[in-house]
Amino acid sequence: MEERQYRSASGAPIALRRRQHSASCRELAVRCPRLQLRSLSAVTSTVWLAAYGLFALSENSMVLSAAIFITLVGLIIYLHFVKVDQESLLVIGSLGIQVTSSYASGKESTTFIEMSQVKDVVINEAIHMQKVIYYLCILLQDPGDPQGVSEVVPLFQSSKPRLDCLIELYKSCQEILEQGRTDPQVE
Amino acid sequence: MVLKVFFPSCCSSADSGILIGHWISQQSSAVVLAVLHFPFIPVQVRKYLSEVQRATQVSISVLGSWTNSKQEKEESLSQFLEDLGTLFSHELWIQISKEGDSKFWSCSALQKCCSQRKEEEIILVYYEQRQVMLCHLHPPLHIAASAEQGAADASKLAAIFDTVAKSKVLFMTDRYDEGPIKLTHWQSDGVEASIIVELLKQASVPACMLLTFLLSLVSWICRSRVLKFWPLCFFWSKLSTCEQLGHRLQHLQVIISNKKAQNQPQLMRKANIFVSLLLDVALGLLLMSWLYRKNRIGHLADTLIPVGDHVAEELQELLQWLMGAPAGLKMNRALDQVLGRFFLYHIHLWISYIHLLSPFIEMILWYVALSACLGLTVALCILSDIIALLTFHIYCFYVYGARLYCLKIYGLASLWRLFRGKKWNVLRQRVDSCSYDLDQLFIGTLLFTILLFLLPTTALYYLVFTLLRLLVVIVQGLLHLLVDLINSLPLYSLLLRLCRSYRLAAGVKFRVLEQQDGKPLRLLMQINPLSYGSVVQTYRLPTYSCYPKDSWASLCKKLFLGELIYPWKHKGEKQD
Repeated sequence: MEERQYRSASGAPIALRRRQHSASCRELAVRCPRLQLRSLSAVTSTVWLAAYGLFALSENSMVLSAAIFITLVGLIIYLHFVKVDQESLLVIGSLGIQVTSSYASGKESTTFIEMSQVKDVVINEAIHMQKVIYYLCILLQDPGDPQGVSEVVPLFQSSKPRLDCLIELYKSCQEILEQGRTDPQVE
Repeated sequence: MVLKVFFPSCCSSADSGILIGHWISQQSSAVVLAVLHFPFIPVQVRKYLSEVQRATQVSISVLGSWTNSKQEKEESLSQFLEDLGTLFSHELWIQISKEGDSKFWSCSALQKCCSQRKEEEIILVYYEQRQVMLCHLHPPLHIAASAEQGAADASKLAAIFDTVAKSKVLFMTDRYDEGPIKLTHWQSDGVEASIIVELLKQASVPACMLLTFLLSLVSWICRSRVLKFWPLCFFWSKLSTCEQLGHRLQHLQVIISNKKAQNQPQLMRKANIFVSLLLDVALGLLLMSWLYRKNRIGHLADTLIPVGDHVAEELQELLQWLMGAPAGLKMNRALDQVLGRFFLYHIHLWISYIHLLSPFIEMILWYVALSACLGLTVALCILSDIIALLTFHIYCFYVYGARLYCLKIYGLASLWRLFRGKKWNVLRQRVDSCSYDLDQLFIGTLLFTILLFLLPTTALYYLVFTLLRLLVVIVQGLLHLLVDLINSLPLYSLLLRLCRSYRLAAGVKFRVLEQQDGKPLRLLMQINPLSYGSVVQTYRLPTYSCYPKDSWASLCKKLFLGELIYPWKHKGEKQD
């Protein structure tokens, strides 16, 4: 098991952890930057100052309680649905690829793609906001057309690692996928 | 290929024996269904397996041996186990052995034909047998949509789930049976059943028969000729209450039919309809108990007439305003007066009818509110119909205004074409040039001028009444939306997803357990439940109303041209 530091596309520090469970099973986890106390307190104080200003204007104390409620609910929604803590990829040769996102509140959302549906794992380019970034994606096989691609599943969308990290991920995945390709059923 | 062994977690502490299961050769996977204990007679085992195979259509065979030794492994035992392999006709002989309480088992595979050990990797996947058996795997929607061919090899995991689900017969024997076969599986401690469920099943048969009889009586009455006379059948088709009652009748027929549900979607559909009906009736009874207390019906009836009067007065004031100089615009006095007086007379008629009815309103309301016991949806539909009846004059005004405006617009368009020397060719559906005579041009220009200068008056009346009609339509639309929500929400599926989330699966997820070098890779296969959005989308009950297919652009175009708009069309209704 090894851990290395890299940078994301926006410059934030991320960490890549690689674990080899067996010859055909590998787990690659990218940890995103944690929630900063600085930004949290900045947002909270802005909202509360605005609410206090409204209260001073309207003399209605409901504004203050509404502001507190909104802040709490907003924080819970942000932690549970938006803030991704860690994204991991579990590649099990001959079974499939499992993509997991763990959120800051502990929720984990998992998708498992069977090996027969996986055509390849590639690094693609995309236009994101005003930048062109690289991202790793899984190409899914089209059942009707052996040469076609039915869907592109992008990986590591919240952490957006840069090309050096993506190359490491790509190499790790390809080693396992090649084992499956060069060693078909012998019987 | 890597050998995958799917082992049920309930058999982890079973005594030594042989492994029984299904071998999927395309994926090189062995699904272990049960452990058969020593002592056994091979002939009886083979007979039992062929019986099970006939019953379940799954080819079950002896896959290998399982050793759970509390003391050190003996060499002679391993030779005995290898020789066991010769008794049973399976290509690959898998040997799993567990020492004491160790988590890490050793697993090896022996190729019988060439009698050598396979050197490939073995993956041990634990699965929860009861959950996998009860689970229904939902393929992703884009695959389900295009599943004509290749559906068989679309999902390898579906094969494993199918195998376990179809082998229910195998799980019926428990360890208290007196037969020669002793199995360990998830139900080997005793077959589970619930007294309440059994009693309900016994009671449901006569209940269903009674309900079928009542329902056939009701549908015979509905279909009888008496109700088919022209004025009555016109009313039934316009009232949304009858639509809703017919819909619920259909639902009841689905539930109480004697045929058992063939597959899982049908079963879920029946259960969803049943729970939805139950909730509907419960909410309706709640509403009834609230309405009939403290003479609320009386209060409602007392306020209904004044509200109707108030609406009529407001309309009259509006018309007086239009007849004057509304918003500073100058109307054509003659046309204004004609239209205004025409609509005022209508309102006067309407008020008289309402006042005629006023002594009977309370009684009518009292009996109509009784029908809320049929369900909240019926009560909401009745409310929507009452609103439609009370605002019938607004609907009439809208139709008059729209027809007048529509005529005017079409007249203007055709006369404008005459102005430019063109004509609409009905045969070719296009505009052609045409030479008119002088008197035709003269009359056409006159008419065009008249229509053009009368346009603001008509347009204003049309605008006002269309806005009123749209208001009523929005209120009715909200009620229908609520009714549709209660009709189509799959409550049973949502409850199942909440309480027994393993029954509805979107897929699986694997968790890597502790590893030890030299031992096979250990994974735990868990069920990944379907998301709530997908549950609603997959199991939605179909409803009778179709939402407007017109986009906003075509709606605006219709409004501009003065064509009548019907915001919702029920399936099977003719277009006007």
